[in-house]
Amino acid sequence: MLWHAGLMRIAVVDESAARASVIREGLAEIEDCEIFVVTERRGLVAHIGQIAPDIVLIDLGNPSRDVLEEYFAVSRALARPIAMFVDESDEEALAASVEAGVSSYVVDGLAPHRIRPILDLAVRRFNAFSRLEADLADARGRLAEREAVDKAKRILMQSRGLAEHEAYAELRATAMRQSRRIVDIAEAILTADQLLNGPPPGPSARRPTGRKGHDRTAP
Amino acid sequence: MTQELAIGFLPLVDACLPILAHEHGFAEAEGLSLRLVRDVSWATVLDRLLYGQTDAAHLVAPLAIATTLGRGRPAKPLSVPFVLGLNGNAITLRSDLAAYVCPAGGLGDPAAVGAALAQVAHRRMASGRALRLGVVHRYSSHNYMLRYWLAACGLRPDQDVEIATIAPPFCADALEAGEVDGICVGEPWNSVAVERGVGTIVLATAQIWRRGVEKVLAWRESVMEERRPQAEALVRALVAAARHFIDPANWDANAALLARRAYLDASPEIIRRAISDRLLLRQGGEPVHYPDFMFQYREAANFPWVSQAQWLYTQMLRWEGGAFDSVEAARAGRVFRPDVYRAALIGSGEPLPGASSKVEGSLAGPMAVGTQQGLITMEPNHFFDGRIFDPAAMPAYLAGLP
Repeated sequence: MLWHAGLMRIAVVDESAARASVIREGLAEIEDCEIFVVTERRGLVAHIGQIAPDIVLIDLGNPSRDVLEEYFAVSRALARPIAMFVDESDEEALAASVEAGVSSYVVDGLAPHRIRPILDLAVRRFNAFSRLEADLADARGRLAEREAVDKAKRILMQSRGLAEHEAYAELRATAMRQSRRIVDIAEAILTADQLLNGPPPGPSARRPTGRKGHDRTAP
Repeated sequence: MTQELAIGFLPLVDACLPILAHEHGFAEAEGLSLRLVRDVSWATVLDRLLYGQTDAAHLVAPLAIATTLGRGRPAKPLSVPFVLGLNGNAITLRSDLAAYVCPAGGLGDPAAVGAALAQVAHRRMASGRALRLGVVHRYSSHNYMLRYWLAACGLRPDQDVEIATIAPPFCADALEAGEVDGICVGEPWNSVAVERGVGTIVLATAQIWRRGVEKVLAWRESVMEERRPQAEALVRALVAAARHFIDPANWDANAALLARRAYLDASPEIIRRAISDRLLLRQGGEPVHYPDFMFQYREAANFPWVSQAQWLYTQMLRWEGGAFDSVEAARAGRVFRPDVYRAALIGSGEPLPGASSKVEGSLAGPMAVGTQQGLITMEPNHFFDGRIFDPAAMPAYLAGLP
C-alpha cells in the first residue's frame, strides 16, 4: 500500500486551541508528517473526511468522540478504513495514553512502529500541557493569596495605625508563633473583619476567601 | 477497611444509582468508598474502564456486549452483575414534524406515529432529502429501540431513514439547526430540547418495549473476579440506592443532588420530572404522567437477565449483518451475570428470580413468577408490535423480523 511510505497525515482534534498548538508543535519534530488541527465541533466529520488522515489524535474529554467513532465504523466500507489504535503488544503504552488523556485512531494497515513514536510524543505533550495548566492554576492561587495578605495588611494598618512593613511583620510573627502560613492568618483576619464590620461595600458581595468561583451557567 | 472503587459515568439521569449509593452512604455501609468519574462520551467511559482508570462504569448495555464480542476493536470481556435501569429514553421530533405525525395532548401511539412518519419519510426520500434521526451511540439501546420501532412500522433504517450518532448535550442544537429531524435520547436531553422550544416528545421508549434493558453496571471480567467481594458489596449498595430512588418522599432531595455540577449539572426541575415519570412533551404544556417511564427497582428490574443480553445480540446481528453463531450468542449472554447478583443478595430481603433467562415480551397481564427467595409479580413486558423473544429460538426470531 503506497501511502505507508509517504507523508503521514495526522489530524489533531481538540477543542482547546492552546493544547492543540502545543501538540502540533511537538509533532513537528517528526519527519515526513503533515499535521492538521481541528478545533471546531461543527462539521467535524466532514472536515476529517477532507483531511483523509492516517492518524487521528483526539482528547478524551472531547464530546465528539462517539460521533467520530461512528464515522470510523461506517468508513470501514471506504478505501482507507480507520480503526481505534489498539497495539495489543503494548497495553502499558495505551494505558499511559488514556492516563494522559489522549486517544488515537489509525488507518487500517499502518504499522504500529510508525504510530508509536507519534503516540508517545502526543502523550508527552498532553502531560506537559496538564503540568502547564496545573502551574497556571497554582499561580492564580498564589495571586489570590497575595491579595488576601494585602487586604489583611490594610486592615491592620487602619485599625492599629501601623505602617505597611509593620503590618506585614505582625502577620509574619503571628504565623510563626502559631506555626501557620501567613496567608492563613491573613484569611482569619479577613473573616474576623467581615464578622465584625459586615461585608465590604461594593456592587456584589465578595467571596470570603476570594479564592475561586466560576460563574454558574444555566444548563 | 473501606475499599475504594472508581466508577465512570455520563451525566444522565440514569447514572443516579451509583451517585445516590455514594451520597447517601449506602456504599459506605457496605465498606466501599466510591469515586465517581464523570465523562462526556461513551468512548471515554469505556477507555477508562478498559485501561484501569475506573473499576466499573455506567454503560449503554449493547456496548458491553459489543466490547466483549470484539465489535469495532479487539475483544475484551466485560461483565454485568447489575442492570442500572430499564427504559427512561424518549423520542423527540422537530416540533413541526411532531405536530404532523402525532396528535397533541399526550404521548403518541407507537404504531400510529410510525405509520404517519413512514409517509413523511417516503415523501422526503422522493424529494432527495431523507429523514434523519439521531441516536446517542451505535451500540446503545436507543439505537436498537428506535430501529425496532421504525422497522416494525415499515421503514428500513439506513435506507428509508438515516440514523446518525449525536452526543446527548448537542441533541437540542442539532434539532434547532435542522441537522436532524428527531432524536432518541435519555433525560434530561429530551426535556432540554422541549424547554428550548426546538422539539416535541412523541414517544417514550417504554412504549416500544415495556421492559427494555437500558444502562448497566459493567466491569472488566478479570477485575470483577479479582475484586469479587467488592463487586457483590456494590450490588447491595446499588439495590439500596434503587429502593431510595423510587420512593416519592426522596424525589425532591435526589433531584437536587443529581443536579449538582459534579454530577448532571442540569436543572433539578427537569430531573425531578424524569424520576417521577413525568414529561413535559411540548413547550408551554403541562407535564404528562407516564408510569414506568424510568424503571429502576420493582420486579427485580436490576437483575441481569441473560435473555435481555441475548435480545441485544440479535439486534446487533440484525443491523450489522452476519450469521447467527450459537457460540457468540452464548458469549453475549454470559456478559450478564445473574450468578453474581444472586450471590450478593442471597439471604437478604431482596426477591431473587428463580430463572436466569425468560421469554421477553410474553406477559400481557400481571403474573407471579417463580423465585429463589421473596415474591415477584411481573407486569406486562410487551413489545409494541406483539412479537415475543424466546432466547431458545434466536435464529427463528431473527428470521421472523421485518
